[in-house]
Amino acid sequence: MNVGVLVFPGSNCDHDCAHVLKDVLGQNVTMVWHKESSLAGLDAVILPGGFSYGDYLRTGAIARFSPVMQAVQQFAAEGKLVLGICNGFQILLEAGLLPGAMLRNKSLHFICRETYVKVENAATPFTNACKPGQVLKIPIAHADGNYYTDPVTLGGLQANAQVVFRYCTVDGKVVPGACPNGSLDNIAGIRSAQGNVLGMMPHPERCVETMLGNEDGRHIFQSMLSFLEQKKVAEVR
Amino acid sequence: MKAKIHVTLKSGILDPQGKAIEHALDSLGFKHVANVRVGKYMELDLQEADRAKAEVAVKSMCEKLLANTIIEDYRYELTA
Repeated sequence: MNVGVLVFPGSNCDHDCAHVLKDVLGQNVTMVWHKESSLAGLDAVILPGGFSYGDYLRTGAIARFSPVMQAVQQFAAEGKLVLGICNGFQILLEAGLLPGAMLRNKSLHFICRETYVKVENAATPFTNACKPGQVLKIPIAHADGNYYTDPVTLGGLQANAQVVFRYCTVDGKVVPGACPNGSLDNIAGIRSAQGNVLGMMPHPERCVETMLGNEDGRHIFQSMLSFLEQKKVAEVR
Repeated sequence: MKAKIHVTLKSGILDPQGKAIEHALDSLGFKHVANVRVGKYMELDLQEADRAKAEVAVKSMCEKLLANTIIEDYRYELTA
């Protein structure tokens, strides 16, 4: 599969994503500079974590106007896979590809630690390798991960199974105490109404290898690859 | 023309920075302080003499970039 990893000034998880896809999972990876205007030939794109434009004004606020984001809008509208991780999620929110906004963490701290997230929807292109309700251990590293949206939008997200990950305890209980940042409804990741765009605050690219002590993040990338593989098979038929 | 723009979190949205400052003021002995809200202040020069046109431009800037209207309110003043 051909996966593009977008690179904004200030992205810093771009090479981690590329490493996972290329060296661990054996896929073709193209680094796409934010000034590019085409995503031709790609099956999926990843907006990596980092501090695009130094988080000036608001996280993701400036990056969303990068030329490449025009192409990402088109790419998403065509139903192709778009995954935003951490700052990538923040950019997708600012770009309006996903609903809502990020507030500063309730504690005001930058939080960098392992979290547990519950897979609330295992029937997505990003989670099909998971069991429904499976608990994944994936680290977070952010200061602005306190997801907020208005009650009507939140109701829509819940009704359409767009909430894909919720912060939970190690045994899968979604309780306020398991939420690291104050996020509404313990939200850690959501997908678009169409289902092909996912934003998540935890960093799956940081936990894909046994050497690193945790492989739970592999499920996300493996799901995307299986989805694309099946799509290809269906197209050939 | 000069535009002075204030962006603040909407009322009802938790402002953790405001809360932290409120607590700090409290511990300094300012016991009568409540509802501290932190915002952003921006000012910019506009090459535009027409007030109505300047207003349209500033409003558009706020809507598109300077404020995230899901969580923030904005207000501005225009001065010559």
